[in-house]
Amino acid sequence: MSRPALEARGLEVLRGGVLVLEIPALEVMDGTVLALIGPNGSGKTTLLKTLACLQEPAGGELLFQGQALATRSQKEAYRRRVTMVFQQPLLFDTSVARNLESGLKLRGVPGPERTRRVLEVARRFGIEPLLERQARKLSGGEAQRASLARAFAIGPEILFLDEPFAALDPPTREALLDDLAAALRSTGTTAVLATHDRMEALQLADRLAVMRQGRIVQIGTGAQVVNQPVDEFVAEFVGMETVLEGLVLESADGLCRVSVAGHEVEALGSPALGETVLLGLRPENVTLADHADTGTSARNHFPGTVARIAPRGPYFKVELDCGFWVAAFVTPHSLEALRLAPGRAVVATFKATAVHLIRRP
Amino acid sequence: MGLVWEGIKKAAELLWTLDPEVLGITLFSLKVSILATAISLAVGGAAGMALALSRFPGKRLLISVINTGMGLPPVVVGLFITILLWRNGPLGFLEILYTPSAIILAQTVIATPIIAGISLAAIQQLPPDLRLQILSLGASRWQMLRMLAVEARLPLMAAVMAGFGGVISEVGASIMVGGNIQGSTRVLTTATVMEAGKGNFDTAIALSLILLVLTFAVNAALTHIQQRDRPR
Repeated sequence: MSRPALEARGLEVLRGGVLVLEIPALEVMDGTVLALIGPNGSGKTTLLKTLACLQEPAGGELLFQGQALATRSQKEAYRRRVTMVFQQPLLFDTSVARNLESGLKLRGVPGPERTRRVLEVARRFGIEPLLERQARKLSGGEAQRASLARAFAIGPEILFLDEPFAALDPPTREALLDDLAAALRSTGTTAVLATHDRMEALQLADRLAVMRQGRIVQIGTGAQVVNQPVDEFVAEFVGMETVLEGLVLESADGLCRVSVAGHEVEALGSPALGETVLLGLRPENVTLADHADTGTSARNHFPGTVARIAPRGPYFKVELDCGFWVAAFVTPHSLEALRLAPGRAVVATFKATAVHLIRRP
Repeated sequence: MGLVWEGIKKAAELLWTLDPEVLGITLFSLKVSILATAISLAVGGAAGMALALSRFPGKRLLISVINTGMGLPPVVVGLFITILLWRNGPLGFLEILYTPSAIILAQTVIATPIIAGISLAAIQQLPPDLRLQILSLGASRWQMLRMLAVEARLPLMAAVMAGFGGVISEVGASIMVGGNIQGSTRVLTTATVMEAGKGNFDTAIALSLILLVLTFAVNAALTHIQQRDRPR
Protein backbone atom coordinates (compact mmCIF):
# COMPACT_ATOMS: atom_id res chain seq x y z
CA MET A 1 0.00 0.00 0.00
CA SER A 2 2.87 2.33 0.69
CA ARG A 3 4.74 2.44 -2.60
CA PRO A 4 3.39 4.07 -5.72
CA ALA A 5 2.55 1.69 -8.57
CA LEU A 6 2.54 4.57 -11.01
CA GLU A 7 3.94 8.07 -10.85
CA ALA A 8 3.58 10.89 -13.33
CA ARG A 9 5.85 13.92 -13.29
CA GLY A 10 5.36 17.09 -15.28
CA LEU A 11 2.99 15.53 -17.80
CA GLU A 12 2.01 17.85 -20.62
CA VAL A 13 -0.19 16.99 -23.58
CA LEU A 14 -0.65 19.32 -26.52
CA ARG A 15 -3.43 19.22 -29.08
CA GLY A 16 -3.11 21.47 -32.08
CA GLY A 17 -0.38 23.39 -30.26
CA VAL A 18 -2.64 24.03 -27.27
CA LEU A 19 -1.84 22.66 -23.82
CA VAL A 20 -4.80 20.40 -22.98
CA LEU A 21 -3.31 18.52 -20.04
CA GLU A 22 -0.88 19.66 -17.38
CA ILE A 23 -0.17 17.35 -14.44
CA PRO A 24 2.85 18.42 -12.37
CA ALA A 25 2.76 15.31 -10.17
CA LEU A 26 0.45 12.37 -9.63
CA GLU A 27 0.91 9.12 -7.73
CA VAL A 28 -1.25 6.03 -7.77
CA MET A 29 -0.47 3.89 -4.75
CA ASP A 30 -0.15 0.15 -5.14
CA GLY A 31 -3.46 -1.67 -4.63
CA THR A 32 -5.56 1.49 -4.51
CA VAL A 33 -8.19 2.92 -6.83
CA LEU A 34 -7.91 6.52 -7.96
CA ALA A 35 -10.95 8.15 -9.55
CA LEU A 36 -10.54 11.05 -11.95
CA ILE A 37 -13.75 13.03 -11.82
CA GLY A 38 -14.73 16.10 -13.72
CA PRO A 39 -17.09 17.29 -16.42
CA ASN A 40 -16.79 16.25 -20.06
CA GLY A 41 -13.74 17.78 -21.69
CA SER A 42 -11.84 18.19 -18.43
CA GLY A 43 -9.05 15.90 -19.65
CA LYS A 44 -9.91 12.66 -17.84
CA THR A 45 -9.67 10.45 -20.91
CA THR A 46 -6.53 12.18 -22.16
CA LEU A 47 -4.84 11.67 -18.78
CA LEU A 48 -5.95 8.03 -18.70
CA LYS A 49 -4.61 7.31 -22.20
CA THR A 50 -1.35 9.05 -21.34
CA LEU A 51 -0.96 7.05 -18.12
CA ALA A 52 -1.69 3.85 -20.07
CA CYS A 53 1.04 4.74 -22.60
CA LEU A 54 -1.50 4.84 -25.42
CA GLN A 55 -0.75 8.47 -26.13
CA GLU A 56 2.60 10.22 -26.16
CA PRO A 57 2.83 13.26 -23.89
CA ALA A 58 4.64 16.34 -25.17
CA GLY A 59 6.59 16.45 -21.93
CA GLY A 60 7.04 14.76 -18.59
CA GLU A 61 7.71 11.21 -17.54
CA LEU A 62 5.98 8.14 -16.18
CA LEU A 63 7.43 5.80 -13.55
CA PHE A 64 6.06 2.29 -13.16
CA GLN A 65 7.03 0.73 -9.81
CA GLY A 66 9.77 3.31 -9.52
CA GLN A 67 11.24 2.65 -12.99
CA ALA A 68 11.07 5.39 -15.60
CA LEU A 69 9.33 4.42 -18.84
CA ALA A 70 11.74 6.07 -21.22
CA THR A 71 12.45 3.79 -24.16
CA ARG A 72 9.99 2.30 -26.60
CA SER A 73 10.68 -1.22 -25.38
CA GLN A 74 10.10 -0.17 -21.76
CA LYS A 75 6.74 1.29 -22.78
CA GLU A 76 5.79 -1.85 -24.70
CA ALA A 77 6.73 -4.02 -21.74
CA TYR A 78 4.64 -1.73 -19.50
CA ARG A 79 1.66 -1.98 -21.87
CA ARG A 80 1.78 -5.76 -21.45
CA ARG A 81 1.41 -5.44 -17.68
CA VAL A 82 -1.50 -2.98 -17.62
CA THR A 83 -4.71 -2.67 -19.60
CA MET A 84 -7.57 -0.33 -20.30
CA VAL A 85 -11.35 -0.65 -20.55
CA PHE A 86 -13.12 1.94 -22.68
CA GLN A 87 -16.58 3.46 -22.57
CA GLN A 88 -17.47 1.38 -25.65
CA PRO A 89 -16.97 -2.36 -24.99
CA LEU A 90 -14.90 -2.67 -28.25
CA LEU A 91 -15.31 -6.43 -28.41
CA PHE A 92 -13.86 -8.38 -31.33
CA ASP A 93 -16.19 -9.84 -33.94
CA THR A 94 -15.97 -13.41 -32.67
CA SER A 95 -17.23 -15.47 -29.73
CA VAL A 96 -17.24 -14.14 -26.16
CA ALA A 97 -14.76 -16.85 -25.10
CA ARG A 98 -12.30 -15.83 -27.82
CA ASN A 99 -12.69 -12.21 -26.75
CA LEU A 100 -11.89 -13.05 -23.15
CA GLU A 101 -8.76 -14.98 -24.08
CA SER A 102 -7.46 -12.40 -26.59
CA GLY A 103 -5.10 -10.67 -24.15
CA LEU A 104 -3.74 -14.03 -22.95
CA LYS A 105 -3.22 -15.20 -26.52
CA LEU A 106 -1.24 -12.04 -27.30
CA ARG A 107 1.01 -12.94 -24.39
CA GLY A 108 1.51 -16.51 -25.62
CA VAL A 109 -0.27 -18.11 -22.65
CA PRO A 110 -0.83 -21.81 -23.51
CA GLY A 111 -4.33 -23.11 -24.34
CA PRO A 112 -5.32 -25.01 -21.17
CA GLU A 113 -4.19 -22.10 -18.96
CA ARG A 114 -6.19 -19.69 -21.17
CA THR A 115 -9.33 -21.82 -20.82
CA ARG A 116 -8.93 -21.92 -17.04
CA ARG A 117 -8.51 -18.16 -16.71
CA VAL A 118 -11.34 -17.40 -19.14
CA LEU A 119 -13.70 -19.56 -17.07
CA GLU A 120 -12.55 -17.88 -13.88
CA VAL A 121 -13.23 -14.32 -15.08
CA ALA A 122 -16.45 -15.33 -16.84
CA ARG A 123 -17.74 -16.67 -13.50
CA ARG A 124 -16.62 -13.57 -11.66
CA PHE A 125 -18.57 -11.34 -14.05
CA GLY A 126 -21.53 -13.71 -14.40
CA ILE A 127 -21.14 -14.29 -18.14
CA GLU A 128 -20.26 -17.99 -18.14
CA PRO A 129 -23.48 -18.92 -20.00
CA LEU A 130 -22.58 -16.42 -22.74
CA LEU A 131 -19.13 -17.79 -23.57
CA GLU A 132 -20.13 -19.42 -26.87
CA ARG A 133 -22.27 -16.49 -28.01
CA GLN A 134 -21.19 -14.04 -30.69
CA ALA A 135 -19.85 -10.93 -28.96
CA ARG A 136 -21.68 -8.59 -31.35
CA LYS A 137 -25.02 -10.04 -30.28
CA LEU A 138 -24.67 -9.18 -26.59
CA SER A 139 -26.71 -6.45 -24.91
CA GLY A 140 -24.91 -3.30 -23.77
CA GLY A 141 -24.56 -4.50 -20.19
CA GLU A 142 -23.40 -7.99 -21.20
CA ALA A 143 -20.89 -6.53 -23.64
CA GLN A 144 -19.39 -4.24 -20.99
CA ARG A 145 -19.17 -7.22 -18.60
CA ALA A 146 -17.30 -9.12 -21.29
CA SER A 147 -15.00 -6.14 -21.83
CA LEU A 148 -14.21 -5.95 -18.09
CA ALA A 149 -13.74 -9.73 -17.90
CA ARG A 150 -11.33 -9.55 -20.88
CA ALA A 151 -9.29 -6.97 -18.99
CA PHE A 152 -9.26 -8.94 -15.71
CA ALA A 153 -8.30 -12.15 -17.56
CA ILE A 154 -4.87 -10.66 -18.19
CA GLY A 155 -4.39 -10.11 -14.46
CA PRO A 156 -3.29 -6.51 -15.07
CA GLU A 157 -1.06 -4.78 -12.55
CA ILE A 158 -2.86 -1.53 -13.26
CA LEU A 159 -6.34 -1.29 -14.74
CA PHE A 160 -7.41 1.91 -16.50
CA LEU A 161 -11.18 2.41 -16.75
CA ASP A 162 -12.59 5.13 -18.97
CA GLU A 163 -16.25 5.79 -18.05
CA PRO A 164 -17.02 2.06 -18.30
CA PHE A 165 -20.63 2.53 -17.21
CA ALA A 166 -21.55 5.75 -18.97
CA ALA A 167 -23.49 4.04 -21.75
CA LEU A 168 -25.51 1.72 -19.46
CA ASP A 169 -28.97 2.15 -17.98
CA PRO A 170 -29.15 2.64 -14.18
CA PRO A 171 -30.08 -0.90 -13.00
CA THR A 172 -27.49 -2.52 -15.30
CA ARG A 173 -24.93 0.03 -14.20
CA GLU A 174 -25.47 -0.62 -10.51
CA ALA A 175 -25.23 -4.39 -10.80
CA LEU A 176 -22.02 -4.09 -12.79
CA LEU A 177 -20.64 -1.44 -10.44
CA ASP A 178 -21.04 -3.86 -7.50
CA ASP A 179 -19.32 -6.67 -9.41
CA LEU A 180 -16.46 -4.40 -10.46
CA ALA A 181 -16.02 -3.11 -6.92
CA ALA A 182 -15.88 -6.71 -5.65
CA ALA A 183 -13.43 -7.75 -8.38
CA LEU A 184 -11.12 -4.81 -7.66
CA ARG A 185 -11.16 -5.53 -3.93
CA SER A 186 -10.64 -9.27 -4.13
CA THR A 187 -7.80 -9.04 -6.65
CA GLY A 188 -6.25 -5.97 -5.05
CA THR A 189 -5.77 -4.49 -8.51
CA THR A 190 -4.44 -0.96 -8.74
CA ALA A 191 -6.88 1.04 -10.85
CA VAL A 192 -7.47 4.48 -12.29
CA LEU A 193 -11.09 5.25 -13.14
CA ALA A 194 -12.34 8.20 -15.15
CA THR A 195 -15.95 9.15 -14.50
CA HIS A 196 -18.23 12.15 -14.33
CA ASP A 197 -20.41 10.36 -11.79
CA ARG A 198 -19.44 11.22 -8.21
CA MET A 199 -21.40 8.32 -6.72
CA GLU A 200 -19.52 5.88 -8.94
CA ALA A 201 -16.25 7.49 -7.88
CA LEU A 202 -17.14 7.41 -4.18
CA GLN A 203 -18.16 3.77 -4.35
CA LEU A 204 -15.09 2.50 -6.20
CA ALA A 205 -12.22 4.77 -5.31
CA ASP A 206 -9.89 5.25 -2.37
CA ARG A 207 -8.92 8.67 -3.63
CA LEU A 208 -10.60 11.21 -5.87
CA ALA A 209 -8.87 13.65 -8.20
CA VAL A 210 -11.14 16.41 -9.45
CA MET A 211 -10.17 17.64 -12.91
CA ARG A 212 -10.94 20.86 -14.66
CA GLN A 213 -9.57 22.09 -17.97
CA GLY A 214 -6.71 19.60 -18.07
CA ARG A 215 -5.58 20.13 -14.50
CA ILE A 216 -6.17 18.37 -11.21
CA VAL A 217 -7.74 20.97 -8.95
CA GLN A 218 -8.10 18.77 -5.88
CA ILE A 219 -6.99 15.32 -4.87
CA GLY A 220 -7.83 13.50 -1.66
CA THR A 221 -10.00 10.85 -0.09
CA GLY A 222 -13.68 10.84 -0.98
CA ALA A 223 -14.55 12.42 2.38
CA GLN A 224 -11.93 15.13 1.97
CA VAL A 225 -13.09 16.12 -1.49
CA VAL A 226 -16.79 15.98 -0.71
CA ASN A 227 -16.60 17.67 2.67
CA GLN A 228 -13.73 20.05 2.11
CA PRO A 229 -13.88 21.16 -1.49
CA VAL A 230 -11.08 23.60 -2.24
CA ASP A 231 -13.14 25.92 -4.40
CA GLU A 232 -16.55 26.69 -5.83
CA PHE A 233 -16.00 24.46 -8.88
CA VAL A 234 -15.18 21.38 -6.81
CA ALA A 235 -18.01 22.17 -4.39
CA GLU A 236 -20.56 22.33 -7.19
CA PHE A 237 -19.13 19.33 -8.96
CA VAL A 238 -19.12 17.00 -5.96
CA GLY A 239 -22.73 17.80 -5.28
CA MET A 240 -22.97 20.73 -2.93
CA GLU A 241 -25.62 22.07 -5.15
CA THR A 242 -26.10 25.13 -3.00
CA VAL A 243 -23.07 27.39 -2.92
CA LEU A 244 -23.65 30.73 -1.20
CA GLU A 245 -21.40 33.71 -0.83
CA GLY A 246 -21.40 35.62 2.45
CA LEU A 247 -19.62 37.96 4.81
CA VAL A 248 -18.38 36.72 8.19
CA LEU A 249 -20.18 38.62 11.01
CA GLU A 250 -18.99 36.65 14.00
CA SER A 251 -16.45 33.91 14.52
CA ALA A 252 -15.80 32.24 17.84
CA ASP A 253 -15.19 28.77 19.30
CA GLY A 254 -15.15 27.12 15.91
CA LEU A 255 -18.58 28.46 15.04
CA CYS A 256 -19.34 31.41 12.81
CA ARG A 257 -22.24 33.50 11.61
CA VAL A 258 -22.21 34.54 8.00
CA SER A 259 -24.43 37.13 6.38
CA VAL A 260 -25.92 35.82 3.15
CA ALA A 261 -28.21 38.18 1.21
CA GLY A 262 -29.37 39.80 4.45
CA HIS A 263 -29.88 36.49 6.29
CA GLU A 264 -27.64 34.97 8.91
CA VAL A 265 -26.35 31.45 8.38
CA GLU A 266 -24.49 29.55 11.08
CA ALA A 267 -21.63 27.29 10.08
CA LEU A 268 -18.65 25.47 11.54
CA GLY A 269 -15.26 27.07 11.00
CA SER A 270 -13.09 29.91 12.15
CA PRO A 271 -12.85 32.46 9.39
CA ALA A 272 -11.70 36.01 10.02
CA LEU A 273 -14.25 38.70 10.76
CA GLY A 274 -15.30 40.57 7.64
CA GLU A 275 -13.93 37.85 5.38
CA THR A 276 -15.92 36.87 2.30
CA VAL A 277 -16.48 33.10 2.29
CA LEU A 278 -18.40 30.48 0.35
CA LEU A 279 -20.88 28.16 2.04
CA GLY A 280 -21.48 24.74 0.52
CA LEU A 281 -24.67 22.87 1.29
CA ARG A 282 -25.56 19.41 0.01
CA PRO A 283 -29.24 19.02 -0.89
CA GLU A 284 -29.56 15.79 1.08
CA ASN A 285 -28.75 17.74 4.26
CA VAL A 286 -31.59 20.23 3.85
CA THR A 287 -35.01 19.31 5.27
CA LEU A 288 -38.27 21.04 4.49
CA ALA A 289 -41.22 21.59 6.87
CA ASP A 290 -44.40 23.63 7.27
CA HIS A 291 -43.09 25.54 10.27
CA ALA A 292 -39.73 26.07 11.85
CA ASP A 293 -39.24 23.13 14.20
CA THR A 294 -37.35 24.68 17.11
CA GLY A 295 -37.10 21.32 18.86
CA THR A 296 -34.20 20.10 16.68
CA SER A 297 -30.56 20.95 17.10
CA ALA A 298 -30.51 22.56 13.68
CA ARG A 299 -29.65 26.22 13.94
CA ASN A 300 -30.54 27.38 10.49
CA HIS A 301 -34.22 27.93 9.64
CA PHE A 302 -35.19 29.91 6.56
CA PRO A 303 -38.72 30.50 5.30
CA GLY A 304 -38.98 30.51 1.51
CA THR A 305 -41.11 29.64 -1.46
CA VAL A 306 -40.74 26.68 -3.80
CA ALA A 307 -39.45 27.77 -7.19
CA ARG A 308 -38.84 24.50 -9.08
CA ILE A 309 -39.26 20.76 -8.55
CA ALA A 310 -37.37 18.25 -10.66
CA PRO A 311 -37.01 14.46 -10.33
CA ARG A 312 -33.50 13.28 -9.43
CA GLY A 313 -33.28 9.50 -9.43
CA PRO A 314 -35.38 8.22 -6.51
CA TYR A 315 -35.74 11.75 -5.08
CA PHE A 316 -37.06 15.11 -6.09
CA LYS A 317 -34.83 18.12 -6.08
CA VAL A 318 -36.68 21.15 -4.77
CA GLU A 319 -35.27 24.62 -5.33
CA LEU A 320 -36.30 27.25 -2.82
CA ASP A 321 -36.10 31.02 -2.84
CA CYS A 322 -35.29 32.05 0.74
CA GLY A 323 -33.81 35.38 -0.31
CA PHE A 324 -30.94 33.17 -1.51
CA TRP A 325 -31.23 29.88 -3.37
CA VAL A 326 -31.29 26.58 -1.52
CA ALA A 327 -31.71 23.11 -3.04
CA ALA A 328 -33.14 20.19 -1.08
CA PHE A 329 -33.72 16.51 -1.87
CA VAL A 330 -37.09 15.18 -0.73
CA THR A 331 -38.67 11.75 -1.05
CA PRO A 332 -41.83 11.32 -3.13
CA HIS A 333 -43.60 10.71 0.18
CA SER A 334 -42.58 14.08 1.67
CA LEU A 335 -43.37 15.78 -1.60
CA GLU A 336 -46.96 14.60 -1.21
CA ALA A 337 -47.23 15.07 2.56
CA LEU A 338 -46.03 18.66 2.34
CA ARG A 339 -48.12 19.28 -0.80
CA LEU A 340 -45.04 20.81 -2.38
CA ALA A 341 -45.64 22.78 -5.55
CA PRO A 342 -44.15 25.91 -7.07
CA GLY A 343 -45.23 28.96 -5.04
CA ARG A 344 -45.79 26.99 -1.81
CA ALA A 345 -44.28 28.55 1.33
CA VAL A 346 -42.11 26.22 3.46
CA VAL A 347 -39.23 26.41 5.91
CA ALA A 348 -35.80 25.05 5.00
CA THR A 349 -33.76 23.70 7.90
CA PHE A 350 -30.15 22.57 8.06
CA LYS A 351 -27.53 22.07 10.75
CA ALA A 352 -24.50 24.29 11.16
CA THR A 353 -22.38 21.14 10.75
CA ALA A 354 -23.93 20.51 7.34
CA VAL A 355 -22.63 23.80 6.01
CA HIS A 356 -19.19 23.54 4.48
CA LEU A 357 -17.15 26.68 4.72
CA ILE A 358 -14.89 27.43 1.76
CA ARG A 359 -12.35 30.19 2.39
CA ARG A 360 -11.22 31.94 -0.75
CA PRO A 361 -7.50 32.35 -1.26
CA MET B 1 -31.69 -16.24 -81.86
CA GLY B 2 -30.03 -18.89 -83.96
CA LEU B 3 -26.70 -17.20 -83.39
CA VAL B 4 -26.99 -17.38 -79.62
CA TRP B 5 -28.15 -20.99 -79.75
CA GLU B 6 -25.26 -21.94 -82.02
CA GLY B 7 -22.93 -20.14 -79.61
CA ILE B 8 -24.20 -21.99 -76.61
CA LYS B 9 -23.91 -25.32 -78.41
CA LYS B 10 -20.36 -24.49 -79.48
CA ALA B 11 -19.50 -23.40 -75.97
CA ALA B 12 -20.82 -26.65 -74.54
CA GLU B 13 -18.80 -28.56 -77.09
CA LEU B 14 -15.59 -26.62 -76.34
CA LEU B 15 -16.07 -27.13 -72.63
CA TRP B 16 -17.14 -30.74 -72.90
CA THR B 17 -14.19 -31.74 -75.00
CA LEU B 18 -11.83 -29.67 -72.86
CA ASP B 19 -10.51 -27.95 -75.97
CA PRO B 20 -6.78 -27.57 -75.19
CA GLU B 21 -6.55 -24.06 -76.56
CA VAL B 22 -9.58 -22.78 -74.65
CA LEU B 23 -8.38 -24.55 -71.51
CA GLY B 24 -4.96 -22.94 -71.93
CA ILE B 25 -6.43 -19.46 -72.35
CA THR B 26 -8.70 -19.96 -69.35
CA LEU B 27 -5.96 -21.14 -67.03
CA PHE B 28 -3.66 -18.37 -68.24
CA SER B 29 -6.33 -15.71 -67.59
CA LEU B 30 -6.90 -17.11 -64.12
CA LYS B 31 -3.19 -17.23 -63.34
CA VAL B 32 -2.49 -13.70 -64.53
CA SER B 33 -5.47 -12.16 -62.72
CA ILE B 34 -4.87 -14.04 -59.46
CA LEU B 35 -1.21 -13.01 -59.47
CA ALA B 36 -2.07 -9.38 -60.22
CA THR B 37 -4.74 -9.39 -57.48
CA ALA B 38 -2.31 -10.93 -54.98
CA ILE B 39 0.36 -8.32 -55.69
CA SER B 40 -2.27 -5.57 -55.51
CA LEU B 41 -3.51 -6.91 -52.19
CA ALA B 42 0.00 -6.82 -50.73
CA VAL B 43 0.72 -3.33 -52.04
CA GLY B 44 -2.75 -1.77 -51.95
CA GLY B 45 -3.85 -3.42 -48.71
CA ALA B 46 -0.70 -2.28 -46.91
CA ALA B 47 -0.99 1.22 -48.38
CA GLY B 48 -4.67 1.47 -47.45
CA MET B 49 -4.04 0.35 -43.85
CA ALA B 50 -1.01 2.60 -43.45
CA LEU B 51 -2.97 5.55 -44.80
CA ALA B 52 -5.94 4.84 -42.52
CA LEU B 53 -3.74 4.71 -39.41
CA SER B 54 -1.43 7.65 -40.10
CA ARG B 55 -1.87 11.38 -39.99
CA PHE B 56 0.12 13.76 -42.18
CA PRO B 57 -0.45 16.91 -44.20
CA GLY B 58 -1.82 16.11 -47.65
CA LYS B 59 -3.56 12.93 -46.52
CA ARG B 60 -6.90 14.06 -47.91
CA LEU B 61 -5.33 14.80 -51.29
CA LEU B 62 -3.68 11.37 -51.39
CA ILE B 63 -7.00 9.70 -50.55
CA SER B 64 -8.63 11.61 -53.41
CA VAL B 65 -5.88 10.45 -55.75
CA ILE B 66 -6.43 6.82 -54.70
CA ASN B 67 -10.19 7.12 -55.05
CA THR B 68 -9.71 8.53 -58.55
CA GLY B 69 -7.38 5.62 -59.28
CA MET B 70 -10.22 3.22 -58.44
CA GLY B 71 -11.86 4.29 -61.68
CA LEU B 72 -8.73 4.29 -63.80
CA PRO B 73 -9.67 3.36 -67.41
CA PRO B 74 -7.74 0.19 -68.38
CA VAL B 75 -6.99 1.61 -71.85
CA VAL B 76 -5.21 4.57 -70.28
CA VAL B 77 -3.20 2.23 -68.06
CA GLY B 78 -2.43 0.10 -71.10
CA LEU B 79 -1.24 3.12 -73.06
CA PHE B 80 1.10 4.37 -70.35
CA ILE B 81 2.51 0.93 -69.59
CA THR B 82 3.11 0.41 -73.31
CA ILE B 83 5.00 3.72 -73.51
CA LEU B 84 7.01 2.87 -70.40
CA LEU B 85 7.94 -0.59 -71.69
CA TRP B 86 8.54 0.47 -75.30
CA ARG B 87 12.00 -0.45 -76.54
CA ASN B 88 13.23 3.15 -76.17
CA GLY B 89 11.04 3.86 -73.16
CA PRO B 90 12.28 4.35 -69.58
CA LEU B 91 11.66 0.70 -68.71
CA GLY B 92 12.42 -0.66 -72.18
CA PHE B 93 15.50 -2.48 -70.91
CA LEU B 94 13.23 -4.92 -69.08
CA GLU B 95 12.09 -6.25 -72.48
CA ILE B 96 8.77 -7.45 -71.12
CA LEU B 97 6.36 -5.73 -73.53
CA TYR B 98 4.04 -8.31 -75.14
CA THR B 99 4.87 -10.86 -72.44
CA PRO B 100 2.68 -12.16 -69.58
CA SER B 101 4.71 -10.00 -67.17
CA ALA B 102 3.47 -6.87 -68.93
CA ILE B 103 -0.16 -7.97 -68.47
CA ILE B 104 0.44 -8.70 -64.79
CA LEU B 105 2.06 -5.28 -64.40
CA ALA B 106 -0.85 -3.49 -66.10
CA GLN B 107 -3.48 -5.39 -64.13
CA THR B 108 -1.63 -4.70 -60.88
CA VAL B 109 -1.69 -0.99 -61.69
CA ILE B 110 -5.45 -1.25 -62.26
CA ALA B 111 -6.27 -3.30 -59.14
CA THR B 112 -3.95 -1.66 -56.59
CA PRO B 113 -5.89 1.61 -56.17
CA ILE B 114 -9.18 -0.34 -56.01
CA ILE B 115 -7.90 -2.53 -53.18
CA ALA B 116 -6.13 0.39 -51.47
CA GLY B 117 -9.27 2.55 -51.58
CA ILE B 118 -11.58 -0.12 -50.17
CA SER B 119 -9.01 -1.23 -47.54
CA LEU B 120 -8.63 2.37 -46.42
CA ALA B 121 -12.38 2.71 -45.96
CA ALA B 122 -12.53 -0.72 -44.27
CA ILE B 123 -10.02 0.28 -41.60
CA GLN B 124 -11.43 3.78 -41.20
CA GLN B 125 -14.91 2.46 -40.43
CA LEU B 126 -13.61 0.57 -37.37
CA PRO B 127 -14.12 2.39 -34.04
CA PRO B 128 -11.19 4.82 -33.54
CA ASP B 129 -10.43 3.49 -30.06
CA LEU B 130 -10.26 -0.14 -31.26
CA ARG B 131 -6.59 0.31 -32.19
CA LEU B 132 -5.84 1.57 -28.66
CA GLN B 133 -7.91 -1.24 -27.12
CA ILE B 134 -5.84 -3.83 -29.00
CA LEU B 135 -2.57 -2.16 -27.97
CA SER B 136 -3.73 -1.96 -24.37
CA LEU B 137 -4.46 -5.70 -24.39
CA GLY B 138 -0.73 -6.10 -24.93
CA ALA B 139 -0.41 -6.35 -28.71
CA SER B 140 2.77 -5.44 -30.56
CA ARG B 141 2.44 -3.20 -33.59
CA TRP B 142 2.27 -6.17 -35.98
CA GLN B 143 -0.23 -8.04 -33.82
CA MET B 144 -2.35 -4.90 -33.74
CA LEU B 145 -2.34 -4.59 -37.56
CA ARG B 146 -3.25 -8.25 -37.95
CA MET B 147 -6.13 -7.97 -35.48
CA LEU B 148 -7.45 -4.86 -37.20
CA ALA B 149 -7.36 -6.71 -40.54
CA VAL B 150 -9.28 -9.60 -38.99
CA GLU B 151 -11.89 -7.17 -37.64
CA ALA B 152 -12.24 -5.60 -41.09
CA ARG B 153 -12.17 -8.94 -42.92
CA LEU B 154 -15.55 -8.54 -44.60
CA PRO B 155 -14.82 -5.27 -46.40
CA LEU B 156 -11.23 -6.43 -47.04
CA MET B 157 -12.54 -9.52 -48.84
CA ALA B 158 -14.86 -7.22 -50.77
CA ALA B 159 -11.73 -5.29 -51.79
CA VAL B 160 -10.14 -8.49 -53.10
CA MET B 161 -13.31 -9.37 -55.04
CA ALA B 162 -13.52 -5.90 -56.54
CA GLY B 163 -9.85 -6.01 -57.52
CA PHE B 164 -10.10 -9.46 -59.07
CA GLY B 165 -13.35 -8.56 -60.84
CA GLY B 166 -11.68 -5.48 -62.26
CA VAL B 167 -8.69 -7.29 -63.76
CA ILE B 168 -10.24 -10.56 -64.99
CA SER B 169 -12.77 -8.53 -66.98
CA GLU B 170 -10.56 -5.78 -68.43
CA VAL B 171 -9.54 -6.01 -72.05
CA GLY B 172 -8.00 -2.69 -73.07
CA ALA B 173 -4.76 -2.92 -71.15
CA SER B 174 -4.26 -6.65 -71.82
CA ILE B 175 -4.54 -6.16 -75.57
CA MET B 176 -2.22 -3.15 -75.60
CA VAL B 177 0.60 -4.47 -73.43
CA GLY B 178 0.12 -8.18 -74.17
CA GLY B 179 -0.72 -8.06 -77.85
CA ASN B 180 -3.12 -11.05 -77.75
CA ILE B 181 -0.39 -13.43 -78.89
CA GLN B 182 -1.64 -16.97 -79.30
CA GLY B 183 -0.17 -19.33 -76.73
CA SER B 184 1.59 -16.52 -74.93
CA THR B 185 -0.47 -13.49 -73.93
CA ARG B 186 -3.98 -14.37 -75.05
CA VAL B 187 -6.53 -14.11 -72.26
CA LEU B 188 -10.29 -14.76 -72.28
CA THR B 189 -11.27 -11.14 -72.88
CA THR B 190 -8.79 -10.50 -75.69
CA ALA B 191 -9.68 -13.79 -77.33
CA THR B 192 -13.39 -12.89 -77.15
CA VAL B 193 -12.73 -9.54 -78.82
CA MET B 194 -10.72 -11.21 -81.56
CA GLU B 195 -13.23 -13.99 -82.28
CA ALA B 196 -16.12 -11.52 -82.38
CA GLY B 197 -14.10 -9.33 -84.74
CA LYS B 198 -13.57 -12.27 -87.05
CA GLY B 199 -17.31 -13.01 -86.99
CA ASN B 200 -16.89 -16.26 -85.00
CA PHE B 201 -19.71 -15.41 -82.66
CA ASP B 202 -20.12 -18.98 -81.45
CA THR B 203 -16.56 -19.11 -80.14
CA ALA B 204 -16.91 -15.59 -78.72
CA ILE B 205 -20.04 -16.60 -76.82
CA ALA B 206 -18.32 -19.72 -75.59
CA LEU B 207 -15.36 -17.71 -74.29
CA SER B 208 -17.54 -15.11 -72.61
CA LEU B 209 -19.61 -17.83 -70.93
CA ILE B 210 -16.42 -19.35 -69.57
CA LEU B 211 -15.38 -15.90 -68.32
CA LEU B 212 -18.72 -15.48 -66.55
CA VAL B 213 -18.58 -18.90 -64.92
CA LEU B 214 -14.97 -18.33 -63.87
CA THR B 215 -15.74 -14.94 -62.31
CA PHE B 216 -18.71 -16.42 -60.54
CA ALA B 217 -16.70 -19.37 -59.23
CA VAL B 218 -13.90 -17.22 -57.86
CA ASN B 219 -16.30 -14.78 -56.23
CA ALA B 220 -18.38 -17.61 -54.78
CA ALA B 221 -15.22 -19.05 -53.22
CA LEU B 222 -14.22 -15.66 -51.80
CA THR B 223 -17.75 -15.06 -50.52
CA HIS B 224 -17.69 -18.43 -48.83
CA ILE B 225 -14.48 -17.49 -47.00
CA GLN B 226 -15.90 -14.07 -46.16
CA GLN B 227 -19.18 -15.30 -44.74
CA ARG B 228 -18.16 -18.60 -43.18
CA ASP B 229 -18.09 -17.55 -39.55
CA ARG B 230 -20.82 -14.94 -39.71
CA PRO B 231 -23.72 -15.61 -37.39
CA ARG B 232 -26.91 -15.83 -39.42
